[in-house]
Amino acid sequence: MNERIEIRWHGRGGQGAKTASLLLADVAFSQGLYVQGFPEYGPERMGAPITAYTRLSSNPIRVHSNIYEPDFVAVMDETLIGPVDVTSGLKEDGAIVVNTSKEPAEIAALLKGYKGKIYTVDAASISLATIGRNIPNTPMLAAVVKVSGAMDKEAFFDNMRNSFSHKFASKPEVVDGNMKALKMSMDGVNVYER
Amino acid sequence: MSIRERFSGNEAVSIAIKQINPDVMAAFPITPSTEIPQYVSSYVANGEIDTEFVAVESEHSSMSACIGAQAAGARSMTATSSCGLALMWEMLYVAASLRLPITMPVVNRALSGPININNDHSDSMGARDTGWIQMYAENAQEAYDNMIQSVRIGEHKDVLLPVMTCQDGFITSHAVENINILETEKVKAFVGEYKAEKYLLNPEENISMGPYDISAYYMEHKYQQAVSMENAKRVIAEVASEFETLSGRKYDFIEEYKMDDADFAIVIIGSSAGTAKDAVDELRNEGIKAGLVKIRIFRPFPAEEIVKALKNVKVVGIMDKAEGYSNNGGPLGAEVKAALYGNVTGVKAVNFVYGLGGRDVKIESIKTVFEQLLEVDKTGKVPAHYQYLGLRK
Repeated sequence: MNERIEIRWHGRGGQGAKTASLLLADVAFSQGLYVQGFPEYGPERMGAPITAYTRLSSNPIRVHSNIYEPDFVAVMDETLIGPVDVTSGLKEDGAIVVNTSKEPAEIAALLKGYKGKIYTVDAASISLATIGRNIPNTPMLAAVVKVSGAMDKEAFFDNMRNSFSHKFASKPEVVDGNMKALKMSMDGVNVYER
Repeated sequence: MSIRERFSGNEAVSIAIKQINPDVMAAFPITPSTEIPQYVSSYVANGEIDTEFVAVESEHSSMSACIGAQAAGARSMTATSSCGLALMWEMLYVAASLRLPITMPVVNRALSGPININNDHSDSMGARDTGWIQMYAENAQEAYDNMIQSVRIGEHKDVLLPVMTCQDGFITSHAVENINILETEKVKAFVGEYKAEKYLLNPEENISMGPYDISAYYMEHKYQQAVSMENAKRVIAEVASEFETLSGRKYDFIEEYKMDDADFAIVIIGSSAGTAKDAVDELRNEGIKAGLVKIRIFRPFPAEEIVKALKNVKVVGIMDKAEGYSNNGGPLGAEVKAALYGNVTGVKAVNFVYGLGGRDVKIESIKTVFEQLLEVDKTGKVPAHYQYLGLRK
């Protein structure tokens, strides 16, 4: 990976953007990286737009500001495109990953000014099919790991299995569903290049 | 051997409290308090520590409960933030004047109003003259390390003062970062058992605490507090040195970053110091001799150390994350300038108020401060009062 990767997460309160930002930091920590995962706090509530951030680095991280020029942006909810300037400052050699059932070209039409790569994944459907609920953050996490190349795929799966097994110790059946969601998402990422 | 971990600032401090295993933790369990009492209460509920957790109905009561417990002879802690600290005001003075070494993590957040939950230093800066020792952290690591050291500093027989260990609300309290923690047995050995010299539950010696102090003696007692604060300087240094042996991490009253040959410097407290170090590096790459002084200990105020660090700079920017409404800058600006007065000549100083109510501080924000310092050097003109950084026009 590059020396430092910065990721900005856009979601709505309740969709798990904060959790995703922290989970990615957690799994990268397990790979030996320096990490920062933090949400932007304000008067947010269920359904309101929220922003969260993840920094991954091979060197210690000292900066304590929000991320304004991210390498990658993850959008948990396509309805945020428009009301929120999701590509603000996004590097053109980076990419945006959007949770949507639409074709990448349709999303590209909504992101007119942005010239970088656009990835889509139907995280909602994957989540419904594997976990039985619409919690898009787990599949979005896998898509971001794939698109960013932040870490080795197999190592990511191993770490996530450990972490899910720990988190869902009392309901092991949930672990398989979540692992399936990660794999389906990695295989289900579509790309659009201008 | 330390343990590599990743924690938020709140978790880091809670782990330190768990490792210390205080006798009493009295805290208000909901907003404006932090996650710290919540974590500690879960350690107690899970039987991981045998601390007596007292859930109180207000911060005035949490400090009062700590005062009672510590006076009885128990190592006591609480944790708070923002308006919670403000509600403790009256009792903060009582804790300090009774010479009770209570320790308290403070997560720095703005005071109302307008209503705001985000970071600045208004809360603890308002409490700067209460007689508490104040330590500030740049990140979760320092918050953890300061918490452990605070117990030793406050309880030292030549000090016997309460200590607040501050970190920036949300910016470090809710951000997960890499941290190295110490083994619990090492922390326990470092802080040791609390053995109060004078305490209310001592059956061998009947004493009274907190009686009326007549004018003939009140001043002498306040002077004794001041002497203890002077002693704290020596003890803080001794504890830091012992902690370095234990952890390998070195702490001082201030941290100097690239100050050896700096022409332009800023003095700053808390998480933005990290951001500012990145700014200093960028400026150095552009050929500007920039440097930084980070305040770790604000009470007792490290005046000599600051004078020594700044005596050769051309212009210094002093960064306040709190308004003082003095029309003359913030509390750090006032104290740094007072320290410089009569001790150095030719150093120009500009005071900035920044980052109030969570206004994000970027590397670029800090670079604009240095731009203004360079301008002062070029024109020789120092702005008359003080500046607001990044104010919307």
